[in-house]
Amino acid sequence: MKQSKYGKKRNGYLLTGGILSCLVTALIVCGFFRTPYSTTAMNAKEKMQPPSWQHLFGTDNFGRDVFSRVMEGAGTSFLIAVMVVVIGCTAGVLIGSLCGYFGGMADLILMRICDTITAFPAILLALVIISIAGSGVTNIILALGILFIPSFARVVRTQYAGIRDLNYIKAARLEGIGTPRILYAHILPNTLPILVPAMTIGFNNAVLAEASMSFLGIGIQPPKASLGSMLKDSQNYLTSAPWYALGTGFMIVLLILAFSLLSEGIQQSAKDA
Amino acid sequence: MKLVLKKTASLIITLFIVSLLAFLAFQIIPGDPTTKILGTHASAEKAARLREQLGLDRPVLVRYWEWLVSFLRGDFGTSYNYLRPVGSLLADKLPVTVLLTVFSFALTAAVSIPLGIASGSTRSRLLDHLAVILDQIVMAVPPLFFGIIACYVFGIVLRWFMPGNYISISESVTGCMAYLFLPALSLALPRIAMTVRMLRGSIREELTKNYVLTAQSRGLSRGKILLRHVFRNAMIPVVTFLAVSAAEIMTGTIIIEQVFTIPGIGRLLVSSIGNRDFPVVQAIVVLLAAWIMIVNFAADMLNHWMDPRLRDEV
Repeated sequence: MKQSKYGKKRNGYLLTGGILSCLVTALIVCGFFRTPYSTTAMNAKEKMQPPSWQHLFGTDNFGRDVFSRVMEGAGTSFLIAVMVVVIGCTAGVLIGSLCGYFGGMADLILMRICDTITAFPAILLALVIISIAGSGVTNIILALGILFIPSFARVVRTQYAGIRDLNYIKAARLEGIGTPRILYAHILPNTLPILVPAMTIGFNNAVLAEASMSFLGIGIQPPKASLGSMLKDSQNYLTSAPWYALGTGFMIVLLILAFSLLSEGIQQSAKDA
Repeated sequence: MKLVLKKTASLIITLFIVSLLAFLAFQIIPGDPTTKILGTHASAEKAARLREQLGLDRPVLVRYWEWLVSFLRGDFGTSYNYLRPVGSLLADKLPVTVLLTVFSFALTAAVSIPLGIASGSTRSRLLDHLAVILDQIVMAVPPLFFGIIACYVFGIVLRWFMPGNYISISESVTGCMAYLFLPALSLALPRIAMTVRMLRGSIREELTKNYVLTAQSRGLSRGKILLRHVFRNAMIPVVTFLAVSAAEIMTGTIIIEQVFTIPGIGRLLVSSIGNRDFPVVQAIVVLLAAWIMIVNFAADMLNHWMDPRLRDEV
């Protein structure tokens, strides 16, 4: 780390990550309200146009603007990933904190269940859940959300098991502070340095999982734009319209990169502070 | 020894639960395999006869028990779709996936360990920054997308290989390895980036420890300190991580086999789910889950073997 003029450490991650995240978020938020072109209307005249100023990422086999569809797809991916992390993290913190703090038989059983869930390939479990419940954004969020609970629960449990016997917790107990307060006001903040990276990894994995599911045809169903199903389509036109695949993939990379860098930056500045 | 027994017992229990779940999950899925085989116009009588023939008319738990017993004997049932024993289907497809996994894992280990050591022990700021930036970018490229780029660049632009034209190992060993190189690399790249990052962090952390200072004060050269003391300790978490990677690479083949149209169990799995060919799906799910758990078990054991400090905790 170089010292800058003002005596503060320069944090390249935070800067790049911040800028990229703002850019991606702006694109996504914009895409919720308006995209440059319709994401579903087909246009036979403009089939498979290479990138130009009119169509930044070119057009696909139906003449739809790839950039507009990528904006919508990124929005869907983002929404799904955030919701998955919210569900997984909330439930994971709840289960992990109770298991780690109290231990005992329930802890043993719950952790065995977590082991079992993680032993299944996530894609596979998602496939099973989707085949039972039917596809759709809500079901994808629920399926992935449930699948992401064990990883959070494990991380949180380890933290709680380590912290529960520290002196400040013993002191808090002697002072007669209630258990919920000890759990979530005294211990939880100290798990954040581990929990924040876990959330970023969870977000990345959720983006990837959704893309993979849609790629296999069990995620978001066309004509709704999804980065995964667009990649699948684009593979058929790799020879005639390579920009289709490249633009779509670029968006996935950008989405993951932006938020990983941001999280890296936040961790670094927390360490330096 | 006590630890090994304890872990083995828990491994067996978890495997048992997994097999039960895998079996039950496919009983809940809507869709009747008989309509898949006979078509929707078959008479109810014919369907009933087939159900009896496939053993679908008996209680679930009875069927589970029979399935489990024959599974352990190596009889995985008969595919509804191909009307062939699942065992022989898997025998066709499994070697391809295993080969891809091994290849990809070998690439991961062979590339990431030297790179990690180099980036962890370099004193050049520029090199270090470059490694970190490259790492972040590579980690963000999903294997799925890298595979598609590779198909485009090496398949369509450079014409080095034909995407979709898989060469089996019986046709030509070098041809097969050449075809599997890009899929293996696509799977390995993010893993390589993660391992390098981890090894780098691990070496950096070890370097700040007191034993390094002691060694320095004893007049040992930097190279010797790194080689004899630092790497040994720094490798411990990385070996565990690499072992777990072996499991994740295997799962990753499901997707990458679709991208490169490789006839492995991933493709068989996806098509069997579409066809509601449950015996095939169950067999693959249980085998994959067993593989993941055995690898995790091995990683645990390896960890204890490499790090004597953990042995006291048992």
